[in-house]
Amino acid sequence: MPTEVPTATDNRTASDIAAADRITGLDALELGPKRSKAALGGRVWRSAWPKLLAVVIVVLGWQIVVWAQWKPEYVLPGPATVFGDLGTLITTGDFWDGVRLTMLRAVTGFALAVLIGTIVGAAVSRFAPLRAAIGSLITGLQTMPSIMWFPLAILLFQISESAIMFVVVIGAAPSVANGLISGIDYVPRTWLRVGQVLGMTGFAKYRHLILPASLPSFISGLKQGWAFSWRSLMAGELLVIVPGALSIGVRMQQARDLSESSLVISFIIVVLVIGILIDMLFNAADNALRKRWGLTGS
Amino acid sequence: MSILEATDLRTDRDAVVRLDSVSKQYGSGGNALLALDRVSLTVAKGEFVCLLGASGCGKSTLLSLVAGLDQISGGTLDIGGRHVSLMFQEAALYPWLSVAGNVELPMRLRGVARAERRRRAEELLETVRLSGFGHKRPHELSGGMRQRVALARSLAQDADVLLMDEPFGALDAMTRDILHDELERIWREQDLTVLFVTHNVREAVRLGDRVVLLSSRPGRVIEDFPIGHARPRRIDSPEVSGQAAEITDRLRAEVARHAN
Repeated sequence: MPTEVPTATDNRTASDIAAADRITGLDALELGPKRSKAALGGRVWRSAWPKLLAVVIVVLGWQIVVWAQWKPEYVLPGPATVFGDLGTLITTGDFWDGVRLTMLRAVTGFALAVLIGTIVGAAVSRFAPLRAAIGSLITGLQTMPSIMWFPLAILLFQISESAIMFVVVIGAAPSVANGLISGIDYVPRTWLRVGQVLGMTGFAKYRHLILPASLPSFISGLKQGWAFSWRSLMAGELLVIVPGALSIGVRMQQARDLSESSLVISFIIVVLVIGILIDMLFNAADNALRKRWGLTGS
Repeated sequence: MSILEATDLRTDRDAVVRLDSVSKQYGSGGNALLALDRVSLTVAKGEFVCLLGASGCGKSTLLSLVAGLDQISGGTLDIGGRHVSLMFQEAALYPWLSVAGNVELPMRLRGVARAERRRRAEELLETVRLSGFGHKRPHELSGGMRQRVALARSLAQDADVLLMDEPFGALDAMTRDILHDELERIWREQDLTVLFVTHNVREAVRLGDRVVLLSSRPGRVIEDFPIGHARPRRIDSPEVSGQAAEITDRLRAEVARHAN
């Protein structure tokens, strides 16, 4: 019958539409309603107030110790004096030259450490004999206090930038290498199986699977590496005073030689603030990645 | 030419996957474990075959062998150089890629041009009814949606045979039921050949043209049930339930055999 053909087609379409509705409906149910984000101001305040509170507590404690006159004012000045001096300090061009020099050293040293750490880490995770030979050595190096390297560094490179760089790199590179190695080691099995099914081998496997998959661990390695390089650098600037290079560490030493406690504390605060700011950068990168990957709780 | 030869010729032409007395043994000597024992199985082009068995029947092993992820220990396995794709219980999408990026990945590995990849990925997402979700991240989707993305990614491999290892095992009953309809539709529309592993008897009867029942430790083919019920089927229809009950009895008897 000619009439039967369109009816059959219509029926199929109707059941297809019903099937499509069922699955789209289910998707909508499972995804749930969209939650709107709080306003930017509110979010900033919520993350900032505990930190501000911590600062207030520390400053208050410090002030109480000063009031108690545990040490004379010229040895342990109060927050008001220090913040006053700090305010004057950061308006001088000299100070910023010092910061620039120190940051240049930090960034150069860290970049070198990342380069070397990445190459070593990739090599170790790729070749089993190499791993057996130096895998545990890398972990050992990580626990080594970087200040222990300075005598050797000074013998090798004399009092020079190279001596400082040597210690910064040797302090940070193991963390970077370890981050990469553990990232490569702990690529989930299911991801590897998918890679196998998709026929990934050799370079393509590294490019499309191993490297992206090890990224979170690599970033924690970078973060830790940065912390080590920053510490090594500060130790280096206090110990290895290169003539003419007025870095933060050197200026701090000078302040101590002149018994200017207030200035010493000011430099401590500067180093602390720089450390916190850089750490925030790493955390932002880490959080952005976690959010993209869906590793956050929300 | 004898009748026997003629029949062989016909099955050879239709067969996409052919296992002849395939055995798989892990380890050697006293510790050897025989996972599959002389399994013979043929999957014809366009056929939907369900492999059913209790724990330890080597279902997953069998799929790994067909997918070429593992080597057989004995017998012959012939897929005639065809391409196979394998789907798992976990969608295992890569979190650093968008949904569309995941679907495009097999094509990227084959060197398909970007514009063509985009177009095809869009088409495949539409096939699994996820158009408009391409820019999302895998974690933004539900389990059932992720599994459909994994299906689209498998389809993007343009494989001749789709192997599925309990792909709906981790989903709730309602989602699974709806995904059965979807898989059946896509299988029909795309003229796929599917080898589907499950331990869920009703699921096997709901989906399969044939249900191949395997024994456990070692895996052997106990029986090959043809499922003749008209499609589309419902998992709770009397036909499906009836046949499932019959197969369940065989499976229970097989499980009981391991009591002593």
